[in-house]
Amino acid sequence: MNVHATPQLTPAETALIEAFGERLGALPGDSEVMARRDSAIEAIKAGLPTRRVETWHYTDLRRLLSKVPEFDATSSAKALDPLLEGSGVVTLVNGAVSGTPVLGNGVSFAPLAERLADGSFAASLETYGRDDAIGAINAAFVADGIALDIAEGTELEKAVELQNLQAGGQSHVRMVVNVGSGSRAVIVERQSGEGAGLASSVSQLQVGDGAEVTWLIVQEQPETAQHLAQFKAVIGKDAKLTLFVMNAGGKLVRQEVLVRVAGEGSDFQLRGVNLLAGDSHTDVTMVLDHAVPHTGSVEVVRNVVTGKAHGVFQGRINVHQYAQKTDARMACNTLLLSDDGEFSTKPELEIFADDVACGHGATVTEIHGDHLFYLMSRGVTEKTARGLLVKAFVAEVIEELEDEQIVEALEARLDAWFATHG
Amino acid sequence: MLEIKNLHARIAEDGTEIIRGLNLTVKAGEVAAIMGPNGSGKSTLSYILAGREDYEVTEGDILYNGESILGMDPAERAASGIFLAFQYPMEIPGVATMEFLKVALNEQRKARGEEPLKISEFIARVKDAAGSLNMDMGMLKRPLNVGFSGGEKKRAEILQMKLLQPKLCVLDETDSGLDIDALKIVAEGVNSLRSSDRAFLVITHYQRLLEHIVPDTVHVLYKGQVIKSGDKSLALELEANGYAGVIGEAA
Repeated sequence: MNVHATPQLTPAETALIEAFGERLGALPGDSEVMARRDSAIEAIKAGLPTRRVETWHYTDLRRLLSKVPEFDATSSAKALDPLLEGSGVVTLVNGAVSGTPVLGNGVSFAPLAERLADGSFAASLETYGRDDAIGAINAAFVADGIALDIAEGTELEKAVELQNLQAGGQSHVRMVVNVGSGSRAVIVERQSGEGAGLASSVSQLQVGDGAEVTWLIVQEQPETAQHLAQFKAVIGKDAKLTLFVMNAGGKLVRQEVLVRVAGEGSDFQLRGVNLLAGDSHTDVTMVLDHAVPHTGSVEVVRNVVTGKAHGVFQGRINVHQYAQKTDARMACNTLLLSDDGEFSTKPELEIFADDVACGHGATVTEIHGDHLFYLMSRGVTEKTARGLLVKAFVAEVIEELEDEQIVEALEARLDAWFATHG
Repeated sequence: MLEIKNLHARIAEDGTEIIRGLNLTVKAGEVAAIMGPNGSGKSTLSYILAGREDYEVTEGDILYNGESILGMDPAERAASGIFLAFQYPMEIPGVATMEFLKVALNEQRKARGEEPLKISEFIARVKDAAGSLNMDMGMLKRPLNVGFSGGEKKRAEILQMKLLQPKLCVLDETDSGLDIDALKIVAEGVNSLRSSDRAFLVITHYQRLLEHIVPDTVHVLYKGQVIKSGDKSLALELEANGYAGVIGEAA
């Protein structure tokens, strides 16, 4: 018996529970995988998180998850041109692998369905705790996804793009990538699709010792879609992970970033751009653990808020007791362009080591009047000048990625957003 | 070309009156120097001409080619040919200089009903202008004015002026922060634009700049009014005797 009275289920919770009953027969998994699915759906039965749960305070999932569409095995979505020309593309459509990807030497691919069926993936379905609603929804329903291994010492010449396209119904996928020691790779995670779907997507990355990974998440869901995503990474010794997250779509978006800096001498960089419009709700929540000495991290998130959009950034940095000489910096800057827009930001530093350098800052600004005047005094119309300045505000973060092909490709996605929302 | 009639203007935010009944006429082809002590309203005048919103015109008018510009926003004024070279050009992170130049040039062309420039033609014009000002093209790939030295910023202003080919050029203390070599280059840039259909309003503290950009007329601004006008010899007189004499005369 539960000590708490079970709350009355919302229509979304009911729909998820019923969907589980209907889907059960079609879900791959050995007995251990199925047991984990069962416990995941039990967690959902106890109720989705509300604002009373601290990590969900600004995103009351129980209230905001308004509609759970049915699975629709017949629906489809059109594949996208890769963000970076020449990338090897792995495509997931409507929750399942589509086609056979052609990837470079040193990269091996398997559909995740196989690893669920044989049980080898069972342990990885574990949720991180009671607050892990995204992990639970995904663990209950995930039927397929991508398992990618990049062999030790591989220097990938071309990027690998993992394309996840929802098709209006429910889709739940995982993308699991192991990057072997000493390897270098650029991975693009594309989150997009067609229609008012509910997508859950969990990415799990292991960065081997001495490896260098750039991972770009580009989320451009339709403005009716609900998108629940998680990115989990463990970084090895002397390794480097640069994560870029761009949210430029979706009605309800939660992107969790859970990173463990686990090897000495390693470095984590997060750059984020949130472009918010309409009455959307977008939440980026990061939990970063510095678990060993001599590691560094920098997180910079830039937000543009228009319309009645609401954005959230929660950044929590845990510096463990033995993680001396940690150098961690976090900044969240928001350009608020409308009176009805809203942005909530909550930085948290929890430091148990005594010899560290940690800092955080948050700003909320409007367009700088002096800058606007300068551009207009050269004949640039007010509308164009505002567009240039807003784009500049976020482009600064993109330019820090330095690789010219990546910078240009991401700026093209910025332009695409401004073309429809400018 | 420019007629300022009994202009009164104040700071919008706190109502402080800065320009108090200013009259000035500048003809096409003329280079008019505006001199005056600190706080006399020189920079304010330049901002008001460019259309900065922080100032409010309470009385009088500014006619440009016979028409009032008070109802025009800064972009419209620029498209009609008014250009302000800033005393302190803004640094704008994230806006690439080349991109900005292209947008500015093409928006002005669009406002005048002209076709956008071909990219090759645009680049040729920038190279030409940059070359004449001893500017490195690599600098123009950087964000607008970001990390430019004081002298580089001033050259970048003149570069913009050369590209945009305005008709009324207002130079606000373009000589401040320049060493003598940079001053010569900037002055040459300005002189190369002198023509019978273009006028200049050169705002400066010092005679030094006027040795290189020789004015046709010199006007002394004090407490928001032109208190004395003359030819280039007036600048020399001010250099020798300071403003006190002229101010005393006017009072």
